Amino acid sequence: MTPLDGFDLVTPTTLDEALALLASDPAARPLAGGTDVMVQLEAGQLPPRRYVSLWGLRELRGIVEAPDAVTLGALTTYTDIRRSDTIAREYPLLARAAEETGGVATQNRGTIGGNIANASPAADTPPALLVYDAAVELRSSAGTRRVAYAGFHSGYKQMDMQPGEIITRVHLPRRSGWRDYYRKVGPRRAQAISKVCVAGSIAMDGPAVRDVRIALGSVAPTVVRAAAAEGALRGKRIDGESIAAARRALVHEIAPIDDLRSTAEYRLRVAANRVEEFLRG
Amino acid sequence: MARLLDVLRQQAGLTGTKEGCGEGECGACAVRIDGELVNSCLVPAAHAANASIQTIEGVAARGDLHVVQEAFLEHGGAQCGICTPGMVLAAVDLLERFPHPTEAQVRAALAGNLCRCTGYMRIFESVLEAARRISASRL
Repeated sequence: MTPLDGFDLVTPTTLDEALALLASDPAARPLAGGTDVMVQLEAGQLPPRRYVSLWGLRELRGIVEAPDAVTLGALTTYTDIRRSDTIAREYPLLARAAEETGGVATQNRGTIGGNIANASPAADTPPALLVYDAAVELRSSAGTRRVAYAGFHSGYKQMDMQPGEIITRVHLPRRSGWRDYYRKVGPRRAQAISKVCVAGSIAMDGPAVRDVRIALGSVAPTVVRAAAAEGALRGKRIDGESIAAARRALVHEIAPIDDLRSTAEYRLRVAANRVEEFLRG
Repeated sequence: MARLLDVLRQQAGLTGTKEGCGEGECGACAVRIDGELVNSCLVPAAHAANASIQTIEGVAARGDLHVVQEAFLEHGGAQCGICTPGMVLAAVDLLERFPHPTEAQVRAALAGNLCRCTGYMRIFESVLEAARRISASRL
């Protein structure tokens, strides 16, 4: 007797085969590197239904560069991200997030697609993906569609994904001229789940803010873009007045809670302080 | 579905791999699949099909201790022993990728392995000593 007797895992070898398996059984769920799903299975939090392994699907691996975007296959692991010179150079927040997720063993198996589909509001890569205006490619046996990552998560563990669909790719538009910021706040850098995570990116036009992105984890039912705080900054100089306006806007658009990792009060204050740290450079 | 951990311990009889937390937090069940460190409690056995799996039993396969194991013995890197197989595999994994690690790299590489005796400093010393011996043996 082992903990997962009764859970069926099938291991297709092609993407088409995996999609057909998912289409034929609406209750079936995909499983990639297993670093989240296996924990939930062993804790008895998931029902005994069919799980379709995506791990062997070569079509979902690899980082591809095109003139207008860099595309990550959904099975790109945190280790793959850490080893990519392109990501280190152009998307440093994603590299930082990968470095601060779990430890080596988790990074070798955890995937970018799995991190999105697991839909944890405390996940570390989603704030970086929001800052980089990522898009997610979804595929089912019926076809392929592409959606902006912003808004993909609509509520706690809720997302714009239908039964039979899997995440196949993550697109990151190419960019330059931005200054990036990432800060995960937790009891330690490795293994810990964040109390607050802030990712930011800012582009200046002379003395004024041309554009800015601020995204946060662990402060709401989903990872969130701080659109109101961003709005308070665009076109403004970075000074005490604009920073105070951004802080005021921020506290109204996040909704942190008390839980075993932290308190709502601490999260609110630290989130605002980290955003200020980002803006002051 | 079966966990790789259970297949190793119960079917293959390789009980050097330990179960600590059973949720990927502690590294006691670490093994290497095709040279990659993983937590075997979170790996479906089917994901290791046709792969080469290295457990702690395979680190001293020919009866000679690995230099990392020698250093753990001599520097007090092992106390109760529950974390030791995972620590050794994580250290072997690091030294194959980075033969000359800094202490910061050693700490980062072992960050996913928890020692309940809290003997971390001696473990870090052991890994750094193993790295020095590997360097010396190559001169």
